[in-house]
Order: sequence, then C-alpha cells, then structure tokens
Amino acid sequence: MKAGTKLKSAVCDTEVMIIRLGDGPIECGGAPMTEEKTATPGTPSADFSAGTLMGKRYVDADGKFELLCVKAGKGSLSVNGVALSIKDAKPLPASD
Amino acid sequence: MNISLILEMAADAAGDRVSLVCDGKRWTYGALLSAARGAAENIRQSGCQHVALLDESSEAAAIALFGAALAGVPYCPLNYRLADADLAALLARIAPAVIIGDVARVDRLCPDAGHQVRTRAAFVAEAQAAAATSPEEGDEGEGVAIQLFTSGTTAAPKAAILRHSNLLSYILGTVEFASADEGDAALVSVPPYHIAGISALLSSIYSLRRILMLPAFEPEAWIKLAEAEGATNAFVVPTMLSRIIEKLDKGVKADLSSLRAIAYGGGRMPLELIHRALGLFPTAGFTNAYGLTETSSTVALLGPDEHRAAHGSDDPAVRARLASVGKPLPTIELEIRDEDGKLLPAGERGEIYVRGDQVSGEYKERSALDADGWFPTRDAGWLDDEGYLFLAGRADDVIVRGGENMSPGEIEDVVATHPAIGDSCAVAVPSVEWGEAVGLVCVVRPGHEAPEEKVLCELIRGRLRSSRVPEKVLFVDELPYNEMGKLLRREVKKLFGD
Repeated sequence: MKAGTKLKSAVCDTEVMIIRLGDGPIECGGAPMTEEKTATPGTPSADFSAGTLMGKRYVDADGKFELLCVKAGKGSLSVNGVALSIKDAKPLPASD
Repeated sequence: MNISLILEMAADAAGDRVSLVCDGKRWTYGALLSAARGAAENIRQSGCQHVALLDESSEAAAIALFGAALAGVPYCPLNYRLADADLAALLARIAPAVIIGDVARVDRLCPDAGHQVRTRAAFVAEAQAAAATSPEEGDEGEGVAIQLFTSGTTAAPKAAILRHSNLLSYILGTVEFASADEGDAALVSVPPYHIAGISALLSSIYSLRRILMLPAFEPEAWIKLAEAEGATNAFVVPTMLSRIIEKLDKGVKADLSSLRAIAYGGGRMPLELIHRALGLFPTAGFTNAYGLTETSSTVALLGPDEHRAAHGSDDPAVRARLASVGKPLPTIELEIRDEDGKLLPAGERGEIYVRGDQVSGEYKERSALDADGWFPTRDAGWLDDEGYLFLAGRADDVIVRGGENMSPGEIEDVVATHPAIGDSCAVAVPSVEWGEAVGLVCVVRPGHEAPEEKVLCELIRGRLRSSRVPEKVLFVDELPYNEMGKLLRREVKKLFGD
C-alpha cells in the first residue's frame, strides 16, 4: 500500500484513494479495507455507519492519514478503530 | 495515482451532465471518459513515447490529455505558433509520438522520426471507435502526466515535467469536488499548450463546471460565446482582457451579466486595465492567479474581496494591493531569498522560492529543486507586512549597475506615472563605467507628445535613487509581447544594439 493505492470497503460501496499513509489498518464500517473487492460483503458495524461522501478527504487527528473518497458508501472510515473526520478546506476562488 | 481519476469521478457522479462545449458540439462526462479510454487503448497500441497535440483547443485536447494519462504516456501539447525551425527541433525531441492536429506540418518538418500523425477528427473518431473494447483500468500513474516545453527565449526550450501526483495534489488542494452549480460554465480561451489551459480542464471537470472551449482567442468570438452559453467563469491573460474591453468600448453589444468570476494571470496586469475591468463588470469577482508551469499552475492568488476593497479605497496602501498577486495558497510554502539563498524579511526584494506537493520543479534533464525540496522560480518579488506577494520581474532581468541590483519593475512603475507614457520597459544595457546601466524604452500614449528624455530622467531621479536614471531612452510604437501577453525583454534589449 502506498499513496495512490485504491482500497475497497468490505461492507459497503465505499472506495478510497490513499493520499497519505501512516502505520495502522484502514477500515470502513469497522472492517479492514482491501485492494480487491470482497466476494461476500459484510455489514457496517453500528459505530461506523455514518456513511462516506464522494470527493471528501478524510483525515486522522495527527495528520498521518489522508484518504480521498472516490465512491460513497454506508460505512464510515477509521484507522485502528479511531474514526476519521472530513478535512476542512477553506474554499478558494476559481483561479483557472 | 493518476489524473484520470478526475474524469472518472466526474463521470461516475454525473455521467450524463454536459462537460464540454466546443464548436457547437456537446460532450457529457460519460462520453469524454469513454473516448479517453478508447484513445488510451490506441496510444498503448502505438508504442509511442509521447502524445502530442499540435492544434487549437478542442475536445481532442481533453481526450488526448486523459487518454495519454490512462495509457501512462506523457502528454505534450506543442505551441503551434512556433516558427518551423523551432517546432522541428521539438518534434525531434519527442519522437516517436502520437501527434494530433497539423498532419501536413509534421510530415514536412519531421518526416522520418516515426511519428504517428492524425487529424483532430480522425483521432477523435478512432478513440470513439475503440471505446467499446478498451479496458477501464488505466496506468498506475507513477510517472509523468504532462511534459511542457518552456518558451526558451535565449536557450533551447526546457522540457518541464509534471507528475500525476503534482497535478492531483494541486486539484485536490484547491478544488472541491462537484462544487459547481449545474448552470456554471467556464470559458476557456487559453491555448492548450499553456499550463493554464491544462489546469482549466482539470479543475473545471473536478468541480463539474461545464467547459466552454474557444478554439483560439478572438475578442468578439469570446464575447459571443460568453453570452450565448451564459459563461459564469473565465480565465484570461491581461492582453485578452484588454482586447475584450476594447471591443466593448467600440460598441459590440452583449449581455455578459452571467459572468460571476473572472480570473487572470500569465503576465503583468496594468493597473489602469484592472480598474477599468472592475468598473465594467461591477458584479464579477476578480481573481489574480500567480503560478508557473513548474508549479502545476497557481501558487498565490488575490481574491475578489481584496480586488473590490482595493478598487473602492482612497488609501494608497490598500489601492496598491491591486498590483499584488495575493497570498500563497494554504497548501504551499513560499519564501523570498537573496542571491546567497538567505531568507529575506518582508519588504525586501529577492527571488521567490516555493515548496509543496504540487511543485514539480523538474525538467526532463534535471530537477531544479534544492536538497530541501524548494524550487527557485527565477521570479523576483517581495512580500508586504501582511503577506501579500508582489512580483518584480524575472530574476534574470535584474539590472546590475556597479554591483547594485535593481529591478526593472520599480523603474517602469515610476515611468508609468507620466501622463504621456502608455507602456515602458527597462533593461540592462552594457556600460563601460558600470558594467550595466539602465536602458529605457517607452511607448507614447496616442494623442500625446513624447516627453523630453531629461523630463523622464528627472521623474525617476525624484522618486528613486540616481543609479536608476536611464543612460539611454528610446521611443517605439509598441513593445514586443508574446501571444500570452508576456513582455519579451530580450527582444527589447536588442533595440539598444551592442
């Protein structure tokens, strides 16, 4: 796994692209995400079922992980059991 | 990571929405992606090292850009305005390439290099034909996405390289996905071989803003397209804005009230022109963008509120901000350093250095980044106390008189205050006594008499140090600019002979 790798959820439609990567398992809906689509999808755990939004970037508190959601789903993202949050980006005026 | 992700996400979220309008043809995100996948398959089959465009803007530019990206082959749009000899040299450097556009010219200039040349129409038709049988999966995107030749006014053009990671970092850092309203439309009139032409495609597609493509800039065509399609956004270089305003002044009638955002960059914006534009488009937000090819486009910008504040203010300090290119993007670092690489405080002129994921600073032959990842832009500039960046020409344009460095911009700014002077350029001229001295070339405003040389010299002496006073002054009808509005200082130097 490295920056640019795409990961798929084992419990929903969520797909992310890794922008920045630290140490620890990346999860969606409480289950580890994998490069290949799981044949038998599970269900998101109740604690991680807020859903993902396409085009949003998700980060951890330490700034070690950054994931771009490229496909939305019902699970929500975490690393090692700690929920990731949407990166706040101040909107910039269009410059090109 | 691959920049094709930008189009893939757009097509996934809004496949049926119109993405690009050119010559009356409409392309949805889905249709563009499908054509790009077909183009990628044809590029893979070709075995070529580059994909080049030798053509005006059209849907082919977008299909070639993403097709090349999916195939993992660098996209290399070429300046079709180059003279034959210069173009022939570039064609030799990218062989063998798939080349889209001017078949006859490539055949004439570079017949035996193994190029595979096709017209725009043939390239697009072949891409669409191959779409059904092309794989969806693209290249990993570890390599080079774009190779752009710099304009190279003295030496051979350098091949600047932008990696997928540089461009994606720029787009993800500055554009919110799907943030455009369904009615939004960006008028793109910069040439396809310019970094602004490429970043316009990427950011418009990622925000789901419809692209209105003008094949080549012409002011009346620009006005008509903006009105007919209800353009909400536009990017122009100062020369374009000046020519648009000239047409409107001459009585070309158009309702351009849909224009909400006008961004500009690529060259020095005359203060008078931006004040005019702010007055003519009272409801538009203006954004000044500063960036380089090597930085994947914008690294600093002056936003709409700052423009209006400066335009409406009587405070000279606030008004002066219109001459600034604004503040660095939050995603990059920017410093001003002296010739020894030492960090300079606010208010002092030096060379602009930038660092960040979007900054490639890389050429095919070598990387220009220092050990800590900083890119010396060769642009001179300074920051004010509030962090606004002001440009002061190219570092190479600095005039060194008896060991004293002076920037042409400070002299030109003073000369511009003379009511009879419409444009001016200060360059270094050889001086036996000082090594270099100031040579000044002026353009007189229509309806004015050329001021006496000593009047201009006194004006400069009164505002700046006497070292800035020109040794020679020339008057010409116009200064040489390239088609992007960049002043060709080296051409100006030639006016002084040897």
